[in-house]
Amino acid sequence: MNGPTRGSVVAVNGPLVTCEVDEGREVLQNEVAFVMCGDVPLKSEVIRIRGRQIDLQVFESTAGLKVGDTAEFSGELLSATLGPGMMGMIYDGLQNPLNELINDQGFFLRRGQYLPALNAEKLWDFEPIAKAGTQVRAGHYLGRVMEGIFPHPIMVPLRLLDTWEVVEIKPEGQYTVDDTIAVLRSVGSQAQQEIAVTLKQEWPVKMPMRRYEERLLPDTQLLTQCRLIDIFFPMAEGGTACIPGPFGAGKTVLQQIISRYAETDIVIIVACGERAGEVVETIREFPELEDPKTGKSLMDRTVIICNTSSMPVAAREASIYTGVTLGEYYRQLGLKVLVLADSTSRWAQALRESSARMEEIPGEEAFPAYLESRIAAVYERAGKVRLYNEETGSLTMIGTVSPAGGNFEEPVTQNTLKVVGAFHGLSRTRSDQRRYPAIDPLMSWSLYLSQMTESLNTRHEKWVELVQEAHDIIFKGSEIHQMMLVVGEEGIGLDDLVVYLKSEIIDAVCLQQDSFDNVDQATSRERQISDFMLLMDMLHHPFQFDSKEQAKGQMVHIQNLFFQLKYSPFREEAYNRYRSEIEAILEGKGASHS
Amino acid sequence: MIIEHSRIVRVQGDIIAVPATGINYGELATVKSRSGVSMAQVIRLRGGEVYLQVFAGSRGVSTGDTVRFLGHPMQVAFGDALLGRIFNGSGEPIDKGPHLKSLPRMDIGGPSVNPVMRVIPRGFIETRVPMVDVFNPLVESQKLPIFAAAGEPYNELLARIGMRANADVVILGGIGLKYDEYLKFRIAFEEAGVLSRTIMFVHTASDPVVERLLVPDMALSVAEQFGVQGRRVLVLLTDMTAFADAMKEIAISMDQVPSNLGYPGSLYSDLASRYEKAVDFEGAGSITILAVTSMPGDDVTHPVPDNTGYITEGQFYLRKGVIEPFGSLSRLKQLVIGKVTRDDHGYIMNSMIRLFARSREVEQKLAMGFDKTADDERYLKYGRLFYDRFMDLRVDLGLNDALDLGWKTLAECFRPDEVEIKQEFIDKFWPA
Repeated sequence: MNGPTRGSVVAVNGPLVTCEVDEGREVLQNEVAFVMCGDVPLKSEVIRIRGRQIDLQVFESTAGLKVGDTAEFSGELLSATLGPGMMGMIYDGLQNPLNELINDQGFFLRRGQYLPALNAEKLWDFEPIAKAGTQVRAGHYLGRVMEGIFPHPIMVPLRLLDTWEVVEIKPEGQYTVDDTIAVLRSVGSQAQQEIAVTLKQEWPVKMPMRRYEERLLPDTQLLTQCRLIDIFFPMAEGGTACIPGPFGAGKTVLQQIISRYAETDIVIIVACGERAGEVVETIREFPELEDPKTGKSLMDRTVIICNTSSMPVAAREASIYTGVTLGEYYRQLGLKVLVLADSTSRWAQALRESSARMEEIPGEEAFPAYLESRIAAVYERAGKVRLYNEETGSLTMIGTVSPAGGNFEEPVTQNTLKVVGAFHGLSRTRSDQRRYPAIDPLMSWSLYLSQMTESLNTRHEKWVELVQEAHDIIFKGSEIHQMMLVVGEEGIGLDDLVVYLKSEIIDAVCLQQDSFDNVDQATSRERQISDFMLLMDMLHHPFQFDSKEQAKGQMVHIQNLFFQLKYSPFREEAYNRYRSEIEAILEGKGASHS
Repeated sequence: MIIEHSRIVRVQGDIIAVPATGINYGELATVKSRSGVSMAQVIRLRGGEVYLQVFAGSRGVSTGDTVRFLGHPMQVAFGDALLGRIFNGSGEPIDKGPHLKSLPRMDIGGPSVNPVMRVIPRGFIETRVPMVDVFNPLVESQKLPIFAAAGEPYNELLARIGMRANADVVILGGIGLKYDEYLKFRIAFEEAGVLSRTIMFVHTASDPVVERLLVPDMALSVAEQFGVQGRRVLVLLTDMTAFADAMKEIAISMDQVPSNLGYPGSLYSDLASRYEKAVDFEGAGSITILAVTSMPGDDVTHPVPDNTGYITEGQFYLRKGVIEPFGSLSRLKQLVIGKVTRDDHGYIMNSMIRLFARSREVEQKLAMGFDKTADDERYLKYGRLFYDRFMDLRVDLGLNDALDLGWKTLAECFRPDEVEIKQEFIDKFWPA
């Protein structure tokens, strides 16, 4: 039987549509199909096959569908289109460019409109690298185009298996993403096959892209310029982290700050089932903001995948995969990529919704039993790799989790914690006290602190040791604070009070960071080292006090100096002045504050 | 094309099933039974069977009743003639005014707004409630719920903000509203002279439960049309927990696997698709949503307030008749604080809250029987002043006056080096 497989709709239940195909027709799991609603094609994905009954999850509203409507199967897995021109784009969960949908859609997103992910008319200056006659494998570079500031290598299509020979390569010139730039012929015993290579290629989003020499241990720091993360719970290039927190604890602001200031080549923001307003801030502000590293607009290093909470639920599930696939593609180009997924709970809920509609036996909190393996599979796609050409690329993934009721015992948080390398847990207590970012130092952890000891100690020979010392004081300070709540300030000794006051200073001037202040919102590596070492000098200083009142007076004074210091631009006049005032006190020259 | 069927094969909860073909998913129908004619909507197709939810409930529906399919989804009339009118939960006028048959009608619950057609909201809405204006300002196009236990004066607060807000059109969606409360809203709007810019969709507690589901969609669809025309619309919804409960009832009747306390797994998406209608259109108007979410058992981790909190741009907690400073949050405040409002606004806000938290700690400490220190005395004084001058809902104060009062209050209780405020603002604003 030839021609595409067709089916006929027999049931509609929300986004789940069941259709029947003729006996003996081939249907592929996770294949894309289009259900015809009148003359509007609705994109969908095969999620279950039972005999002739095929369950599809439709990525659009199913209103208006009838029993007997036709479905056409494409024979292709749900794929992302990869190539030059993705940078700066705003896509929906299925990689439709939202900016281009404006032209004919007005304010609203009408269903059934699918546009190519890459601009088909734009000409790219192609420069060949490979020579005709060389043998290549998937992921080898054939040539390159310049995309903004990055040279964008054009690879042998990643889906190809085995070895191929370059039969023809086009000369330097201008090409669109659809033009052929090379022809490859298969090498080996099978019938010889020739394929044309274009600037763009497709990759099925749910398959991990493993076209590299080897995976490396993440041992270099990924600087976020958020002190609490960089100093206490550092991130590694190619690592993974989970940021769970109750609503209102500042997950989104933290993500926005990281997306702006993280030192990476590419940032991919996946807005998965979250507020449209937050995406809008990014869309509108990033083009105006300058990337300190390149001097270009921040948008030039950013791709946004946007499936906000009111957009169809089924496409929400796809959006995370689309984001990770784009990230893996850029990693193949030898770049440092950061994928921020906000929020993976919404993605898990999308799984739960389709599982419930399929009447699967529910697991914990009605999430499907395969939740754990799905989460693990997504995070495992992150990593630092050595490519075929000896260069390295990395994909770092940070996912936020929105636990129901702010309770971290729920399945999404717990299953995520099993597979990530760092845990930045936000607490309601800290956000209520306006101690932002509300990452709780008492419960968060990062495996990378010890994994990266060697590279972190280039900051200072005893860096990791000092960080642990400061962390211990925070723990101690918290214990003393708990004690004070029970026995009062008079019930504790002077020494304990000083430890508590010191821990409060660390909290106020190092842990807390004002995301809305131009100076404090991002702290460079150099400044982190300089300010942290000064703070450590203060911690090590043997203060001598006669009374608790005197101790409190002096420490409040020091705290205020540190506080003013953190709001002063690095190494400018005010900064130097506050710094020398602190140093004078620590050297015993400062006038004692009464 | 209108198709009629007269064999109901299944009645369960408010869901009925009829054998029929050629029916659209989501289509509207009428069910004629001995208790009258009710609207119904197709919510599932399975083989030759069509499942409908009956708006007036299935009570009195017999297996021989007639179901007429209308060939279109739920619609609502639209036009300026709606201003000043009052409708029930299925969109019929209940105010004895002229009928609106000549008006154009449109489908409710339409597609979502393209995110790239939104703009960053910048409009500050002054409410003259200091706990809102100073600490959590309301921003045009924001969606904010008021979390409150039963018995709190949330409808009064909603009406008060609704009357004062600078909006072109105010749309009230009452869901499971007590009849008295509906009358109070009407009287309040009449007295404030804003009824002529108001549209009310009122489902009262004694109306059929399925009709609750329609109220937010109707109110928001109308709001959307006004918004596209360039009007600034404020939508007031009360109470969204009643809406969620209606969804739960339908989901259970449909044999859906419940996720948490019986609510369907799609609760988040269902609430989000309504709240996300709040928008600032590029080059046109805006929709701001203020909604009441009552908290069963005063528990914020209950699935309805919990999911709502993740969707909305902040929340107000109403407790013991005052807006709680802790937990209450306006996520969009950073867009206006210090930009549209005075430049000391952000510093005053943070410092005052931090010190108020300290004063609460002191209170707790003293309650446990510890000695009072001189410092404690100052914090207690600050706590009292804060309550009287800012938290009391009767306080009626513009923003700048409230900020000045903030500096005064700080200076009355603390030294400048205790308040953690940048030196340049201390120099500029600290009262001599």
